[in-house]
Amino acid sequence: MSILRIVLGLAASSVAASAVAGEVQVAVAANFTAPMQAIARQFEQDTGHKAVAALGATGQFYAQIKNGAPFDVFLAADDVRPARLEAERQTVPGSRFTYATGSLALWSAQPGYVDGQGAVLKQNAFRHLAIANPKAAPYGLAATQVLDKLGLAAAVKPKIVQGQSIAQTQQFVASGNAELGFVALSQVYKDGQLSAGSAWLVPGELHDPIKQDAVILAKGKDNPAAQAFVDYLKSPKAAAIIKSYGYQVAAH
Amino acid sequence: MPLDSSDLAAIWLTIQLASLTTLLLLLIGTPIAWWLARTRSPLKGPVGAVVALPLVLPPTVLGFYLLVVMGPQGPVGQATQALGLGVLPFTFAGLVVGSVVYSLPFVVQPLQNAFEAIGARPLEAAATLRASPRDCFFSVVLPLARPGFITAGILGFAHTVGEFGVVLMIGGNIEGRTRVVSVQIYDHVEALEYAQAHWLAGGMVAFSFVVLLLLYTRRRGATVW
Repeated sequence: MSILRIVLGLAASSVAASAVAGEVQVAVAANFTAPMQAIARQFEQDTGHKAVAALGATGQFYAQIKNGAPFDVFLAADDVRPARLEAERQTVPGSRFTYATGSLALWSAQPGYVDGQGAVLKQNAFRHLAIANPKAAPYGLAATQVLDKLGLAAAVKPKIVQGQSIAQTQQFVASGNAELGFVALSQVYKDGQLSAGSAWLVPGELHDPIKQDAVILAKGKDNPAAQAFVDYLKSPKAAAIIKSYGYQVAAH
Repeated sequence: MPLDSSDLAAIWLTIQLASLTTLLLLLIGTPIAWWLARTRSPLKGPVGAVVALPLVLPPTVLGFYLLVVMGPQGPVGQATQALGLGVLPFTFAGLVVGSVVYSLPFVVQPLQNAFEAIGARPLEAAATLRASPRDCFFSVVLPLARPGFITAGILGFAHTVGEFGVVLMIGGNIEGRTRVVSVQIYDHVEALEYAQAHWLAGGMVAFSFVVLLLLYTRRRGATVW
């Protein structure tokens, strides 16, 4: 009898809690993994809503969302896919905005391997250079633009290995299987410094800007937690977190 | 046909990978299966379980460990470097090693079943006729176990063609070297090239159906081969 009462009590309290605090399902580009975790923690503390993140490649999310994936908000790694979803009426009109502008880094897990000017690329003494699949991942596209601009595309082509997302690309380099690779600065950078290895911060003029857009999806239209999350993402508190991972943030 | 040269390269690479893997597995798997079928050793259980592990482990586990073990800091990676072979991830040889591990139970288990079904009597009969154990294996066991070898070969080949997670994690997506059909399909889907994805994916469905059809009709009329 008393056990039954406890169970009923628990059930009632969880129903009560969920009536106030909502949940938002967010599809998050892999490069934004670390800041998303920090923002989600802070968001839950400040608003009581829970943000549940699914991490992956932007191209894959686009295909999933078009086929009915249950996401409320999409934090893409580019501005192309959100715009396309908007044109296809899969989003809440007017909800699209740039939440971060990414930076590209040439990174190695070995300290001292990559120099501050990226001359290691021209020396071409490595066995494998990891990049993200340029067809699916914007950081991979930016990496190929850098190689083109430096006139090294043909020279390094036989040495390129591709990760399916920027996270897998980093894993190839972190495990030492590729000596170096183009990753998102946010993956190897925290609080103003490199967290491991050595890196060249690629100058922005060597590639098109990596504008990362967010959008509320049609599925999240009537979910107050989705709007709350996007508002939170625009707040100075979230901006500070995003910047601490090496992104640039425009004023909203 | 909307398949381009990179699609054809992926198909050709997949055929090469599956053929070489199947050949190696028949060579490696036969002694293992023979031992498992005949032994009374207490190690039979543990060895059988290790062989069956790839059946239940997610490919991500295999891919992750292969990447670490064959990488420059891993034991296999250290050994291959010491031998002057470099490291195996991102190479065709690395994919072959991964595929052999991944498809091992699909070859060993049918062979083991075939060997067990033969039983001890034909072997004893051959021994009384003074056949050496070697002669006995080649002129009695192999012919009797032929259906088992065919099943093992078909399953090993088909399962390697269907490999995805392991290749994704240790391959590095290099055209002509590590980009097999399953990864090529994934690429097309991610890049929204659905027409090409449909051709390749449809081809895979047709191929797999034909293989399984072959397997199941053969089982019914066992003497056709």
